[in-house]
Amino acid sequence: MAWWGKGLVQGLAVTWKNLTRRSVTARYPDVEPDLPPRSRGVIALQEENCTSCMLCARECPSWCITIDSHKEIIPATTEGGRDRSQNVLDVFDIDYSICMYCSICIEVCPFDALHWSPEFAYAEGDLKDLTHDMNRLRTWMGTVPPPQALDAKAEQGKELESFRRSEGEA
Amino acid sequence: MSELVDAVLRCLLVLGAFLTLPLLVGQMEHKAMAHMQSRVGPMAAGGFHGWAQLVADGVKFVQKESIVPGAADRKVFELAPAVALVPYLVALLAIPLGPFFGQGNLVGQDLDLGLFFVLAAMSVGVLGTLMGGLGSGNKYSYIGGMRVAAQLMSYELPMVLAAASVAMLAGTLSLIGIAEAWEPWWLLAQLPGLVVFFVAGLAELQRPPFDAPLADAELVMGPLTEYGGMRFAMFLLAEYAGIVVLAGLTTVLFLGGWAGPWSDQLGWVWTLLKIVLVSFLVIWARVAYPRLREDQVNSLAWKVLVPLALAQIAFTTVLVVW
Repeated sequence: MAWWGKGLVQGLAVTWKNLTRRSVTARYPDVEPDLPPRSRGVIALQEENCTSCMLCARECPSWCITIDSHKEIIPATTEGGRDRSQNVLDVFDIDYSICMYCSICIEVCPFDALHWSPEFAYAEGDLKDLTHDMNRLRTWMGTVPPPQALDAKAEQGKELESFRRSEGEA
Repeated sequence: MSELVDAVLRCLLVLGAFLTLPLLVGQMEHKAMAHMQSRVGPMAAGGFHGWAQLVADGVKFVQKESIVPGAADRKVFELAPAVALVPYLVALLAIPLGPFFGQGNLVGQDLDLGLFFVLAAMSVGVLGTLMGGLGSGNKYSYIGGMRVAAQLMSYELPMVLAAASVAMLAGTLSLIGIAEAWEPWWLLAQLPGLVVFFVAGLAELQRPPFDAPLADAELVMGPLTEYGGMRFAMFLLAEYAGIVVLAGLTTVLFLGGWAGPWSDQLGWVWTLLKIVLVSFLVIWARVAYPRLREDQVNSLAWKVLVPLALAQIAFTTVLVVW
């Protein structure tokens, strides 16, 4: 029902209710924020997993990933065997001054070399320092939370199943 | 000699009140508005809940450069903040705080024409913003100045009419006389007058929701656009001093001033308490209501407040004659 002055009273009521409730302000510098475990803070690099396939660098919408690598020959372990070659990373830079935290690089990585870490406090005084090289990206790995557990009745993953089966046979 | 000491002491007390009460209201606005919007407001300055925020602001304002735009009318531009601020100091001189521990009435100077004097001083205060608007040499300031003028013209009338109604009922223009003649049933009989006076006072001070002259979405900062540093701080102080004067006047005219238990001893506490309450209402109105459009500002004055004030006066006339 609309009566004259209803809006005026409602305005007062809403503000008064807010006044009596606790404010919602996060007291950040004094109190650390309570972030959800999958929040996108910074991208960590597990460089052993990286095959320098360049998928991430090519999919990145803002072109903030720089990759350089060279091939190393692994000599054959058996007589007459074939030498194997392996890509070794020389450079893996992410420029956080242009990264837009879209998560495409992490989605697209076929070998789980990139991970989200909830750390967010890496502001710098100089723009250039926002480019993290692979050593710095590696250090973020320590802050990556373990993956979320699957639902109890869900299929627990093909690799795990086959591992369990092979254990049972042995 | 003792008369001189008395006068100097009263002046110093009024000056002290003038320098502290607006800051208290300002701090209350910071915190009350913040919590009404689910924020916490200033928390850092001074340690405990940001109590020294306004002191820090003052220090910052003092450090700022004083700039006069090339197109400005220099004298008018420089005089405007003083014109805005000083009248409220003058007005505060005549507002009584009530009995002080049986030592007589705590007032700068009891004037026979107190009500007339205070209302006159308050309208001079508005001229400061008008001068700032017209003297800045800036189109936004100019439009803001015109809005100030329109608002001043519209709201002076209902405000004076509402005040006149109380003066008629009390049979005196002395503020102390009015407060002493006050009786609780006036609250009901003068309720429309109280509302008209309070709303018109808000508009006179250009406080939200009547801040169309400043309307930052349309006019940058209206008449204050070109001001910075100490001059801007003076305008800001004038705004809060204006709130104190309006609250004091509303208290004395409509809320019985120092009426309350043990008013012979603690009358001044009652007055201050009521002033704080009315100031809180001023802040509350700012948070709760959006800004009125320019045409709404004027139609509210002429179509609602003036008829209401006239009806109140007619009603009071009947009361007085009867």
